[in-house]
Amino acid sequence: MRRVVITGRGTINALGQDVPATLEAMREGRCGIGPLELRDVERLSVRIGAQVKGYDPEALFNRQQISLYDRFTQFTMIAARQALDEAGLTFAGDLAARSGVVLGTAGGGVNTWDENYRSVYEEGKNRVHPFVVPKLMNNAAASHVSMEWNLKGPSFSVATACASSNHAMGLAFQLIRGGGADVMVTGGSEAMLSFGGVKAWEGLRVMSKDACRPFSANRNGMVQGEGAAVFVFEEREQAMARGATILAEVVGFAMTSDAADIVMPSQQGAARAITGALRDARLDPSEIGYINAHGTGTAANDKVECAAVAHAFGHHADALMISSTKSMHGHLIGGTGAVELLACIMALRDGVIAPTIGYEEPDPECALDVVPNMAREAQVDAVLSNAFAFGGLNAVLVLRKAP
Amino acid sequence: MAESVSEKVIAIIAEQAVLEPSDVALDSTLEDLGIDSLGLVESIFAIEEAFDIQVPFNANEPDAGDFDISSVASIVREVERLISAQSAS
Repeated sequence: MRRVVITGRGTINALGQDVPATLEAMREGRCGIGPLELRDVERLSVRIGAQVKGYDPEALFNRQQISLYDRFTQFTMIAARQALDEAGLTFAGDLAARSGVVLGTAGGGVNTWDENYRSVYEEGKNRVHPFVVPKLMNNAAASHVSMEWNLKGPSFSVATACASSNHAMGLAFQLIRGGGADVMVTGGSEAMLSFGGVKAWEGLRVMSKDACRPFSANRNGMVQGEGAAVFVFEEREQAMARGATILAEVVGFAMTSDAADIVMPSQQGAARAITGALRDARLDPSEIGYINAHGTGTAANDKVECAAVAHAFGHHADALMISSTKSMHGHLIGGTGAVELLACIMALRDGVIAPTIGYEEPDPECALDVVPNMAREAQVDAVLSNAFAFGGLNAVLVLRKAP
Repeated sequence: MAESVSEKVIAIIAEQAVLEPSDVALDSTLEDLGIDSLGLVESIFAIEEAFDIQVPFNANEPDAGDFDISSVASIVREVERLISAQSAS
């Protein structure tokens, strides 16, 4: 069977504007959450987020690009360039035809929607910029990546709320394994920290006003983040033949639907996705050393996720490590699984387990080793990345140390 | 004559529970009435809109104590308290 490896990665998020800076922040347990800087913030009741700061798009993109790239597309292009540089790939001929892009985003061009609604509703203008539609569409980022790097195979975007990136990366894995492509640029992006984007989340009353403390008994909700992470997934024989550095192998993926509730998660649906991914990877549960949790810091998620892990892993649940890096980079919604995959690769490659920071009080309903507050050195051979979305759509990936 | 706070709150809760207001007793809990967490968040939104108040409620800590939701009567009491606190300020 064809095997799939990761040969490139890139990111921009509140912890750093590239992979080394992000991994350093994760190793140090640094928090990227702070006061939101955005228009009309005084009308929000939730005023914190993990925002990308010190960012100047004008220095990175020309005028024409900025008129077409929403913030979520800009983040994608920055992360994709880093990933493709690391992979050392250029695309022409057959390779171009056998390579594609699949990216997750929940909201797409939220800032473009926001700015143009303001202009027509609040300011009463009757004319908008001609590129509003191609700028805000969810597939804009995937399309611009395909155009910039000449990727002519299967390309599309996936929107499954908080599981978008994991679904996207899982599909990229399946496409290569199944022979539909040889290289897939994959991951996800989100830029929802606008007045409208935060106001909508406020309405649900699940947001914290002070910090994201996953698995801690005194947690009080999630904190939104923004950014992107993009990876190069490549068929293993091809990667080895060209002497590429293999960062990790993608060995399993499963997706399930709770078919139950539009916002409340299901232990059974989550556990089925975990068990299905392990089966797909042909790994015994005891071989998993680390799980990057969905770990949103909401009461509903954290309890259900811990119960699902305990159910899927049995006794081994007490031996493995599980952390939520959302405590540092916030919840990137449709981009979150991609940024979290960086922590999975760091665990396999560098033997460093990223911590769950902000952990203050044990919760008997989350009685697992959540790697509280401090990163830990540990050798792990296989890891899991969980994503459980609103709408009951679950997507779990399994990675193994580079062969 | 204007509706009392209690009548308005009961009307909101009854609508959420798909019941007649006469079927909503003051000592009922939201659970008795079949209102789940999503229904509760929607009811609180309706209460905020009806009385023009801000209800301190976080779905992660429904029992945090800032807003007692243990029964219909407690919700009415809390709304009255918030209205008088608002008019005092």
